[in-house]
Amino acid sequence: MSTLLEVSGVSVSFDGFKAINNLSFQIGEAEMRAVIGPNGAGKTTFMDIITGKTRPNDGRVIWGEKSVSLLSMSESQIAQAGIGRKFQRPTVFEDQSVADNLMLALKKKRGPLAVLRFRASEADRAAVADLAEQIGLAAALHRKSGELSHGQKQWLEIGMLLAQEPRLLLVDEPAAGMTAAEREHTTALLVEAAKTRAVVVVEHDMEFVRRLGCKVTVLHEGSVLAEGSLDHVTADEKVIEVYLGR
Amino acid sequence: MLLLLRRLVACLFVCVSLALPASAQQSDTPIQLLLQQFGPEIQKSSRKSIGPAIDALANSGLPDAQVVLERWQAKDMWFEKETGLFVFGAKADGGALTLFDVAGGLEIGTAPRKSYKQLKPNSGIRGMIASALVQFQLNDPDPVTRQRALTAIERDAEATHLAALRASIDVETDAALKARKARLERLLTIRFAEEDAERIAAIEGFSGDLSVDLRAALNPLVQTRLDVAQSLPEGAMPVDVGEGLSPDAAYALLTAQNLAPPRTDPDMLRAALIENIDGDQIAGIQVATLDTDDARAAVYATLAQSGAVPPLVTDEDVATTLERFVFFEAFVGAPVPVALAAQTALKDIEAKLAMSQTVDLALDGLSLASIYFLAAIGLAITFGVMGVINMAHGEFIMMGAYTGYVVQLFVPDYTLSILLAIPLAFAVTFAAGVVMERLVIRWLYHRPLETLLATFGVSIALQQLAKNIFGTQARPLTAPGWLDGSLVINDVIAISYIRIAIFVLALIFLALFLFVMNRTRLGLEVRAATQNPRMAASMGINPDRINMLTFGFGSGIAGIAGVAIGLYAKVTSEMGADYIVQSFMTVVVGGVGNIWGTLLGATLVGTLQKGIEWLNPSNTLAAQTYMILFIILFIQFRPRGIIALKGRAAEA
Amino acid sequence: MTDLALTPPRRAFVLRHPSAVIFIGILALFTIGVTVLAEGFGIGVISTSFVKTLGKTLCLCLVALAMDLVWGYCGILSLGHMAFFGIGGYAIGMWLMYARTEIIVQTSLAAAPLPPTPQEISDGIAAQIFGVVGASEFPPIWAFAHSLPLQLAAVVLVPGLLALVFGWLAFRSRVTGVYLSILTQAMTLALSLYLFQNDSGLRGNNGLSGLQNLPGQGDVPQSTISILFFWASALALGLGYLMCAWVVSGKFGSVIRAIRDDEARVRFLGYSVEAYKLFIFTITAVIAGIAGALYYPQAGIINPAEIAPIASIYLAVWVAIGGRGRLYGAVIGAAFVSLLSTWFTGGQAPDINLGVYTVQWVDWWTILLGLSFVGVTLFAPRGIGGLFDLVAARRMPNRHGQDLGPDAGALREKEADR
Repeated sequence: MSTLLEVSGVSVSFDGFKAINNLSFQIGEAEMRAVIGPNGAGKTTFMDIITGKTRPNDGRVIWGEKSVSLLSMSESQIAQAGIGRKFQRPTVFEDQSVADNLMLALKKKRGPLAVLRFRASEADRAAVADLAEQIGLAAALHRKSGELSHGQKQWLEIGMLLAQEPRLLLVDEPAAGMTAAEREHTTALLVEAAKTRAVVVVEHDMEFVRRLGCKVTVLHEGSVLAEGSLDHVTADEKVIEVYLGR
Repeated sequence: MLLLLRRLVACLFVCVSLALPASAQQSDTPIQLLLQQFGPEIQKSSRKSIGPAIDALANSGLPDAQVVLERWQAKDMWFEKETGLFVFGAKADGGALTLFDVAGGLEIGTAPRKSYKQLKPNSGIRGMIASALVQFQLNDPDPVTRQRALTAIERDAEATHLAALRASIDVETDAALKARKARLERLLTIRFAEEDAERIAAIEGFSGDLSVDLRAALNPLVQTRLDVAQSLPEGAMPVDVGEGLSPDAAYALLTAQNLAPPRTDPDMLRAALIENIDGDQIAGIQVATLDTDDARAAVYATLAQSGAVPPLVTDEDVATTLERFVFFEAFVGAPVPVALAAQTALKDIEAKLAMSQTVDLALDGLSLASIYFLAAIGLAITFGVMGVINMAHGEFIMMGAYTGYVVQLFVPDYTLSILLAIPLAFAVTFAAGVVMERLVIRWLYHRPLETLLATFGVSIALQQLAKNIFGTQARPLTAPGWLDGSLVINDVIAISYIRIAIFVLALIFLALFLFVMNRTRLGLEVRAATQNPRMAASMGINPDRINMLTFGFGSGIAGIAGVAIGLYAKVTSEMGADYIVQSFMTVVVGGVGNIWGTLLGATLVGTLQKGIEWLNPSNTLAAQTYMILFIILFIQFRPRGIIALKGRAAEA
Repeated sequence: MTDLALTPPRRAFVLRHPSAVIFIGILALFTIGVTVLAEGFGIGVISTSFVKTLGKTLCLCLVALAMDLVWGYCGILSLGHMAFFGIGGYAIGMWLMYARTEIIVQTSLAAAPLPPTPQEISDGIAAQIFGVVGASEFPPIWAFAHSLPLQLAAVVLVPGLLALVFGWLAFRSRVTGVYLSILTQAMTLALSLYLFQNDSGLRGNNGLSGLQNLPGQGDVPQSTISILFFWASALALGLGYLMCAWVVSGKFGSVIRAIRDDEARVRFLGYSVEAYKLFIFTITAVIAGIAGALYYPQAGIINPAEIAPIASIYLAVWVAIGGRGRLYGAVIGAAFVSLLSTWFTGGQAPDINLGVYTVQWVDWWTILLGLSFVGVTLFAPRGIGGLFDLVAARRMPNRHGQDLGPDAGALREKEADR
């Protein structure tokens, strides 16, 4: 299995506080990975570094077969390179319809002039309808996304992520605030997605992680504490100490 | 021999005139004899010829000379028409004249006025007498007179003063005056000494001195004149045409010295052509075709060939002519070695002056910075703590200034009124700020653009309201007398007390702000509410109250800034608008949410503006333009200001 | 209304945008009506000066349209668009002034004994134009003033390039929100201060004057010229409206509204937010420049005070009162407020005698405007355009979470994942 993303020796500090400390991480194509860790472990900062939002003080972030460095690319370039991100709090464009949100995310040319000339084709509309079906929002296609429930917004965001056709999905707490049924649906969506691409899920909820059934990376104070199957890491002394306290 | 003869004549004269009323007059006193020696010149009283007479009197060493000069200057000197003897006279009743002896000044009787004639020296001569008198006054027993004499010399020195001054130094008893005399002597040596070496030594003796009088003494020495010759004279500095001197100016110099024919400029050419118009033709060419410079030049050339006009001097002619001459600058103020020494000394002075000026500029910048700081600190509080842009901040400044003005209407004592105005301005603008926060701002938290626009609406309304109440003309806010004048450090550096006061005020507010924020309960609550409003609220801190007080506090400081600004600028309804952009710049450049950032921002903006003004002193508008451009560029490199918060706090 | 996926692709533009059709229809009727009523070709009920006022108002509507595009749709509260407007005015004013002075100078030199050389004509024009600022030579900035096509190009290019450079600098360093507003305000202030200088080459605070006279058309009466400019302004507004409607209708509009609401999120979708902002900022600057070039020949005079930041802030006021995020709102706001303002400040509004104090509207109008602006911001953020929603009973989304959309203005920059 070839490596899709390789993060090595990355450190970042805010005003002296080391949010990420010499962190290394790898993920291959079509792999699902859960990242867990207590509050302040640096999970979100870790995503910020990959997506270009935060520049690390040290270290390398290498992407794809051609081994390009992501550190010199802007957020939009990284997104276009095939890294999609779902935020912790659902952020969809509430003033626009579900269809528009999906259309916005659909993998197309992103330049202003190309977008100015863009008119949706039959295929595009079919793709949007298809996605809506997948995320269970087919009936809400023309509603303003601001009217959706919290869980629906989460799905819409996952749908937008899928519409981008990324090679790597970064998903931040997808199940937060969801009902049990919604969780199930979300799990199915993610597992399905991981068949064709790499998925990194940041999650607090152990039960949810267990259901994903994938390799787990435990972060603590900005570095990797343990890595392996969920059973393996939960048996780890250090992990127990960190999670349960001394 | 001559003297003997004169004395003899005088004796005879005395004998003859014994019967006359002026019989008591001594005609053979040394002073009278000296006067008689220059009798015709003195009587003629012409500025051109009087010089030797005054010099002779001044240098005679006679005890009466000073009095004679003084009385002469005061138009008290008369001479008898018949004998030409000089007396002091005072007009008495009935056309009579009371006479006094020129020697000793004793009264010698009265005589009919018509037999005497008054000497009426004109102002030029009086000036000459005055400068001759100076040397007497230098040794006057009264120190005040001596001082006055020194001042007179300083103002208008002459070569003759040098010797007198030198002679008076040793006998001077007053130490301060002696030092002053010694210094003046060196200055006069620079200007008037005959030996070059002596002057150079004097110049070098002043090394390190920056004073204006030294520069005034040196500057004439290094004066040069642009001149032209076939070859370079000795000691002259050549000037290259094209570098230090434009070809046009060089050629104009040649023309002025009749070394070359005047250049044919377009006006002359046109005038010459018009003079030679013959019907509708000039030299056989149709007038109507002469609408280009080339065509006109061609016709002119034809005319020149026929001798009707002087030949055309073309650019090539000018160039070849210029090549035949050397242009140079020659010293005209002093011999070359002296001039060179003076030049070195001046350069030295200039270098030192530049340093002083830099200090002065820095101080200027600092006082401007304190004004910006005062104007911006309130804005920084509301912007930094609450994330609210208050476009009406400038109007709060204006409100404070008008409060000061109104207080002065009721309290005539300026010191008292300012002391009253400061807390009152704070109170008024604090109240206005609280009202605005309650009525407008609190509905718009987390909508910064809306806040910006709404406060802008308040701003235009307040500005117009002030215009309606106080009118459009500027109102004065007068500083107390003890703030007049300035602190003089040397000839270049001087800071007005008002600016010092504003600087001190700025420091006080910095201290007050730090105290309130770091040492009081309110400050603690404000900081808590800034960092995490929800958490603060759950700890029992009422965010509404905090926001209200913070906004009021920021506005109140704007009011005090208004009083300070009003003291040195006029109070108008538009004064707030003049400061608002600079205040924003200060906050933006400094970085939001940090008082030290605001301080640094104010310092940067203030010194920068002064610096740019110094580079281009004629144009303060340009200075502001460039400063803003600089800030726009600055934002490129430090988008969050000098002191930027990093990490999550910055993005909250 | 702009639901892309819903809209079949081959339907005509006009059918997809009924509001644009209605707008163009009303504009056409208005233009015809004014033409018939005016002195130039019609029955002369409306005075020439009022035709000019209406023509100027149309230009203000056009620049308000640009402001709505950049602010209401893209969330950039630019306080610099009236500066671009003024630059357009200066660009056309230079040609008008040059060409008119050239005719005057040529006439006066024709009486001279010698026919004038080009240099003499140029010197004569320069002396006429720059006499007031004590100069007699053309500054380099006037190099193209003799040519109408070049100055017309400048109307478009100078605001466009300035916006491009400024926007590139500002957006590149991620200056957003109020920072950006202040920065644009600073740019506007710098420009107006620069123009206030006598050696700026544009006659300092005298500005350019006599622009209402078309060079070489001395025989054409002002009543005709005013109607011609009115038509040109109406045409420009119509075309501008259609263009803006086209820009905001498609996916592009969807992207810029998304940028307004959450620019970080758009970035993570792979769109280069800076490029879009720059595009909008520049294109609206060009529209503003064109509007200015049509406005100032009708106003007759332009001076640096017209460029001062306050003008741009008023522009924002018009758009806010009219209703942001809808094109017709901007037009209504600009027309309503500027005409009302003319009425009040022109001394036509009757004074109100309160017994103790007489309210003179010339003095109190600004206060009323300022306060009503505060009121609109607080109580009617959708502006006058919001009334149409009441009539149409447009359904607004029941928003959970934070305020979004044009009425809320751009959000404060925030951490998107918290």
